[in-house]
Amino acid sequence: MIGRAMNDLLQDFLTEAHESLDVVDVELVRFEQEPNNADLLGRIFRLVHTIKGTCGFLGLPRLEALTHAAETLMGKFRDGMPVTQDAVSLILAVIDRIKEILAELERSQSEPGGDDDDLIRELESTASDASGAGKNVGTLVYQVLERPLRPGEVPLDELERAFREAPGPSPAEEERRANTERRDDERREAAHRAPTLRVHVETLERLMTMVSELVLTRNQLLEIMRRSDNPELNAPFQRLSNITGELQEGVMKTRMQPIGNAWAKLPRIVRDLSAELGKKIELVMQGEDTELDRQLLEFVKDPLTHMVRNSADHGIEPPDERRAAGKPEAGTIRLSAFHEGGHVIIEISDDGRGLDAPRIRARAVRLGLVSESDAVKLSDAQTFRFIFTPGFTTATEVTSVSGRGVGMDVVKSNIDQIGGTIDIKSATGQGTSLRIKIPLTLAIVSALIVEAAGDRFAIPQIAVVELVNVNGDGEHKVERINDATVLRLREQLLPVVHLNALLKLPAPVNVDDEHFVVVMQVGSRRFGIAVDQVLHTEEIVVKPISTMLRGITVFSGNTILGDGSVIMILDPNGVAGALGVNSESSAPHEAVAERAASEESDSLVSLLVFRAGSSEPKAVPISLVTRIEEIDARRIELSNGRHVVQYRDSLMPLLPINASVEVRSEGMQPLLVFIDKERSMGLVVDEILDIVKDELEIKVGSRTPGVLGSAIINGRATEIIDVAHYLPLAFEDWLHRAEIGDETLTRRLLLVDDSSFFRNMLAPVLKAAGYEVKAVGSGVEALTVLERDLRFDFVICDIEMPGMDGFELAERLRADPRTEHLPLIALSSHHSPAMVERGHEAGFGKFVAKFDRDGLLSILKERQVSWARAA
Amino acid sequence: MTTRHESEIEYVTATVGGQLFGAPIARVLDVFAPTRLTRVPLAPPEVAGVLNLRGRIMTAICMRRRLGLPPRENEEKCMALGIERDGEAYGLLVDSVGEVLKLPFADRDAVPVNLQPSWARVATGVHRLEGRILVVLDVDRCLERRSESLAA
Repeated sequence: MIGRAMNDLLQDFLTEAHESLDVVDVELVRFEQEPNNADLLGRIFRLVHTIKGTCGFLGLPRLEALTHAAETLMGKFRDGMPVTQDAVSLILAVIDRIKEILAELERSQSEPGGDDDDLIRELESTASDASGAGKNVGTLVYQVLERPLRPGEVPLDELERAFREAPGPSPAEEERRANTERRDDERREAAHRAPTLRVHVETLERLMTMVSELVLTRNQLLEIMRRSDNPELNAPFQRLSNITGELQEGVMKTRMQPIGNAWAKLPRIVRDLSAELGKKIELVMQGEDTELDRQLLEFVKDPLTHMVRNSADHGIEPPDERRAAGKPEAGTIRLSAFHEGGHVIIEISDDGRGLDAPRIRARAVRLGLVSESDAVKLSDAQTFRFIFTPGFTTATEVTSVSGRGVGMDVVKSNIDQIGGTIDIKSATGQGTSLRIKIPLTLAIVSALIVEAAGDRFAIPQIAVVELVNVNGDGEHKVERINDATVLRLREQLLPVVHLNALLKLPAPVNVDDEHFVVVMQVGSRRFGIAVDQVLHTEEIVVKPISTMLRGITVFSGNTILGDGSVIMILDPNGVAGALGVNSESSAPHEAVAERAASEESDSLVSLLVFRAGSSEPKAVPISLVTRIEEIDARRIELSNGRHVVQYRDSLMPLLPINASVEVRSEGMQPLLVFIDKERSMGLVVDEILDIVKDELEIKVGSRTPGVLGSAIINGRATEIIDVAHYLPLAFEDWLHRAEIGDETLTRRLLLVDDSSFFRNMLAPVLKAAGYEVKAVGSGVEALTVLERDLRFDFVICDIEMPGMDGFELAERLRADPRTEHLPLIALSSHHSPAMVERGHEAGFGKFVAKFDRDGLLSILKERQVSWARAA
Repeated sequence: MTTRHESEIEYVTATVGGQLFGAPIARVLDVFAPTRLTRVPLAPPEVAGVLNLRGRIMTAICMRRRLGLPPRENEEKCMALGIERDGEAYGLLVDSVGEVLKLPFADRDAVPVNLQPSWARVATGVHRLEGRILVVLDVDRCLERRSESLAA
């Protein structure tokens, strides 16, 4: 009976209803906390109303009756009825019922039988209770059942009219309908939202495949262009190349979805859990707009939900226990997401009781995962990783929420599957924090191309920690314990395996020849893969391997390189598995190394080491570098006496890092690319040497512009480059750089800025000026840090931050007797007199422009002088 | 499909170790000379490697190894039949590729019972030609792991 048009309409309705209901879920939970928020209620009301209207039109009486009753109760809220938790729970129960009916509708294309009198009765009675006229419940039921579903009651919106007037919707009408519908339903949002269009996921997938092919073809053409010498081709190829790049970016963008989509259900889950467990839990979400590939989003959805559940169930203590521990009664679960160097970082942290290391150790021994004697040698960080073992649970009783032994292993395997990593940090009594690092997209990844036994392989950059050059008489040597090879690296012993041995390829002729060790990290495990050569890095398009080869766990895929050859991609997890480093029992020396690593991991910085001009190595924190590129030097043009290159649809200025670096005119030119919002800049260097993780401690300050100072990296004196120096050289609107003060009084600073770019830019400057710096990404984090540690001399805080802004943070700090005297300095990209006024009221002593490091350092210096006097 | 089509089958012929084989033309998407084969460590022995055919990654199966024959004397000089299964591209490496033969379906004989199991696995029948015998290849079976098909 259902016609095609009707069927399509039903399908549209189902999709939209699912989306609307997810929004309603979230908004209702918020509404419960902010019952006076009329906007919020208005939005919920409109969504439910739209569903009701469409149900009436599509002839779905059960849904219509249910939504109608819910709408009536919400109408009472709007008229001023007090919002109770019970009432909200009731509406949430209705939403759940609606979802059940929708699921059945989707399956069988018709509304399931039965009725919802139970819920409708409750809704009606709740609504009438509030109106105060002690009506008999029975009468109300009668009323509901007796009342015919009057179609006139449903306001016919444009959707219905369009449908009635035309025999079937034409695409143009669909489009118009979509627009008018939105105007009616979400008038407010419509003002700042462009028209959208639903596209089938398959279409996008196909587009992505085609773009990947195009990228490969372009890479191949580039390879041919390098060999041939036909200037006629240069211009059209350049254009093809640019358009390909744009297209790739465009298509990738269509696949991107805000991570908030995966979080939508969490407020509801946390709300229900806190009621069920009798705990007070606040869920703070930050960075909902952070986008990642939809395919990846699917993979992280369930793990995130699971981890939040775990935090609520195991992490957060009951109110009385928290009170006894001197904590606020309400626990906080924080979810945050942000981009960092081509990856998405998701953090889930709670301020609960933390993981119980001794108990986990005991459990691991009981399960036979580790021997008793080895267990005592395990560091806490190592111990925590047991929770990823299948069937591992320490929950003494199985609650309905968790403790069923399913979970964290699934979480880990999901994250593994998408080439991500997961790290745990936990402190007894202070909480647990899980950090997930995943690539932005699965389709195209940055990889290191290495060579072993004459064959090339790709290693995904995400797992590479550093590269070590090993030569016969150099500082780094691979040593042998019986048949096992190890590498001594900064007081750690790393297990090392030669790629040839791992892949059963012919062994290298002379093992003592110069070669490289790629240090990889999987979870908290580190190991080295020795290779004959490291060739270059390349953005590779990952292609799945055929079924014939799927049993080989050390490969995750294959790819076509620019020169047209196919190479295999190593799977870091598979390699770790093949090496046995995944097995949680490990040699004691490794445990010591682990402990050392976990203790200093906070102060370790990943640095990109390169050569430019002189033979002395130079380095820059890799988190500041957006990309490492090698471009064809012929693409470099001169404009106005400055070197520029067409890069991702704009002209990117190129700056030699110092006067002795020459911009090449042929061959390949290595570049460090920095992108901050709209601007990009390329620093010209001679050679990329290494990526190392080391403590960034600037020993000697520098007065050379562009150099922060020198530090010992990998045992060698290395100049640390000041990226901020080059930005104003490339763009006039970046403020001028300051000379760095040479005071070496150790004062501790807390730097609060939501932009990792600025954190990374300011922290080294402040460190170079002799301060000890702790950098955090939000006001909430700042408060958490201060909660534990008050020994800060200054708080330097960004004003414009999502969530808690600088003003709010300042007010909170002032309100707390422990922090009220802490000097506060505000950082702001623009400051009006009114803003400064407000800042002073909030408690900021000084205002400094964001790029004015001169100003910042001189303020800090002033304060120090006054301290010195006071002392 | 009509019976007229079914009465005759076209085969792409190829030789492996001196034996003539025929693969149904409907399954052969390409005939090409493989270049730049990348070996795959730890792969099953019959996998000769992976290669790039017009932007597509193809897994190459060495038919000599699949059939348990000694390796080719000149590894470089071989041909490949491009086939597809479940959206994946494979290339069957053969010694040489010959003409396309149209043979009546009715002339097809069953696989002789005394044929070696590794051969019988991949054969669906034989055709008696003048002076020689053509073994009809089951291309899907060629893609089964050799160890699997032996165990089966």
